[in-house]
Amino acid sequence: MLDLGKYIIFSLLSIFLSISSFSETRKFNIGKIATKQEVAGWDIDIRPDGLGAPKGSGDALSGEEVYAERCASCHGDFGEGIDRWPELVGGSGTLSSHDPVKTTGSYWPYASTIYDYVYRSMPFGEAQSLTYDETYKIVAYLLNMNDIIDEDFILSNKNIGKIKMPNRNGFLLPDPRPDVKNLNGNPCMKNCNTPTKIIGKARDIDVTPEDEKS
Amino acid sequence: MAKEKKDIISRRSVIKAGVGLGALGLSSKSLLAKEANNKNLPPNVPEWTETLGDGVDVNPYGMPSEFESNVIRRNVEWLTASTESSVNFTPLQDLEGIVTPNGLCFERHHGGTAIINPIDYRLMINGLVDREMIFTLDDLKRFPQVNKFYFLECAANGGMEWKGSQLNGCQYTFGMVHNVQYTGVKLFDLIQETGLKNNAKWVLAEGSDSSGMTRSIPIEKIKDDCIIAWAMNGEALRPEQGYPIRLVVPGWEGNMWVKWLRRIEFGDKPYMTREETSKYTDLLSDGKARMFTWVMDAKSVITSPCPEKPVLQKGIHQIRGLAWSGRGKIKRVDVSLDGGKNWKTAQLHSPVLEKSLTRFTIPFEWNGEEMLLQSRAIDETNYVQPTIKELQNIRGVNSIYHNNSIATWLISKNGKVDNVRLG
Repeated sequence: MLDLGKYIIFSLLSIFLSISSFSETRKFNIGKIATKQEVAGWDIDIRPDGLGAPKGSGDALSGEEVYAERCASCHGDFGEGIDRWPELVGGSGTLSSHDPVKTTGSYWPYASTIYDYVYRSMPFGEAQSLTYDETYKIVAYLLNMNDIIDEDFILSNKNIGKIKMPNRNGFLLPDPRPDVKNLNGNPCMKNCNTPTKIIGKARDIDVTPEDEKS
Repeated sequence: MAKEKKDIISRRSVIKAGVGLGALGLSSKSLLAKEANNKNLPPNVPEWTETLGDGVDVNPYGMPSEFESNVIRRNVEWLTASTESSVNFTPLQDLEGIVTPNGLCFERHHGGTAIINPIDYRLMINGLVDREMIFTLDDLKRFPQVNKFYFLECAANGGMEWKGSQLNGCQYTFGMVHNVQYTGVKLFDLIQETGLKNNAKWVLAEGSDSSGMTRSIPIEKIKDDCIIAWAMNGEALRPEQGYPIRLVVPGWEGNMWVKWLRRIEFGDKPYMTREETSKYTDLLSDGKARMFTWVMDAKSVITSPCPEKPVLQKGIHQIRGLAWSGRGKIKRVDVSLDGGKNWKTAQLHSPVLEKSLTRFTIPFEWNGEEMLLQSRAIDETNYVQPTIKELQNIRGVNSIYHNNSIATWLISKNGKVDNVRLG
């Protein structure tokens, strides 16, 4: 009996200790614990390895229709971009040119990013209105238009982390700045050798907005 | 196809309508009379002395003088497809000291300004924490608070000037920066509440606006100085600056300062969001791009004279300017009147705070001759603000972001000032 009493006391003590250690880690005791359901509704991001990708699938063939309906009015039927809305297709081989064209095909390093972005913020002004399957279809359509997957390839949560994007290795890490010559806080102060000829004026380019004259 | 065309037209007309309204806003006529009214000058008694003025409460929330109606944010319409995903610029040329008035802080939206009733505001913290949690605005205000001045600069500030001088104004070439005092709670204090798993190395900050803005931030920065802010310059955040809550990431590019913040997720790897891969990466001339270039390097600009502030008469004037560095305090600013051949050190005005705009001035005399004005910042790490040529030699001209080079203002013989490129 004595042992049982000891056991009870020990149990109560351990419960008390665990409660007190819990409140110790919660320094201020502010806020509430989020439920799984609450988190699931907001936690929509997807990582390059596919972590977070919701269950679903779609191919480019069925994606064409969704794209035409939800995307083409701004981005064009073939992802060429209308007016100043972004082009989504092409640009391959232009990144080192005078006029680089950065599209999902030529520049974006991860397919997951396309899904994540399309789902969270497209169509412009109708964010998070696409279904998971519609989003997979649109992404598959874009990947196919950029010659990254075949038109009958079924893109899904299982393989979106494995798509190899053309510019996957086009990014440099870490940040090498400061990358200019280290002057150690002592730049030239007098008779410095620097060109002072005017070679361009913004006024001549004439693209600066002007206030209406009074 | 017919339907698509209709969509395009309606989209266009919507945009057009929006732009039209914007233009109306900008077109307020200057109220500055060209000539002074002799009736108001000595020895006469001015009209405002002879009559009573407005009583209190005519403007329960005070506004600037009607004669300052030209001191406004401005955008460059041709830059973007719509004003909801666009930027405007702070009128630095009209401001003094280091504090940017709230209504003049430049705006950068990706899906327009979210309007959030604070009663409906929630901040979620999830991922690699011991307890996934939700905080209300009142909850956040119960934590110990901090009050800090920081500059916020868009990484694309000056982005149009890589190839040559393009926009003829201090506002358009340097105005994607502002400086306010933030009130909030250190993000690290919230982590003390949620606990943190050992393998948590990255944070995803997510906005609740229509773009669902997301950026990855390394955990070291979070532990260092990031703030969850609800106030700027003593009052609640403006809606366009993230009301009721924005993230403050001192010294780092503005895109990371997520507005209308709804969620902080901890993970063991970066999330590689659209903003940190397809945007805000710095394309070099060989076609490779730098990624995660977060810090804003030291920079300065002469805010007067400048293209918007011509020199109106000969004699003594004060060069006024701003300098800042994402790596700490400004140590020194030099000014040249001859395009960088000879330099003089300007006076820094207190307070000189780390990762904050710093005001400098230096007097100069204009005798009616041409002058090439430049300013050059040096920060406490001894980094010296470079010339555009130095940056171009290393990065080419297509990187868009992180142009912190020295600008040149040409004062012409008629006193007009131009943004020019030297070479």
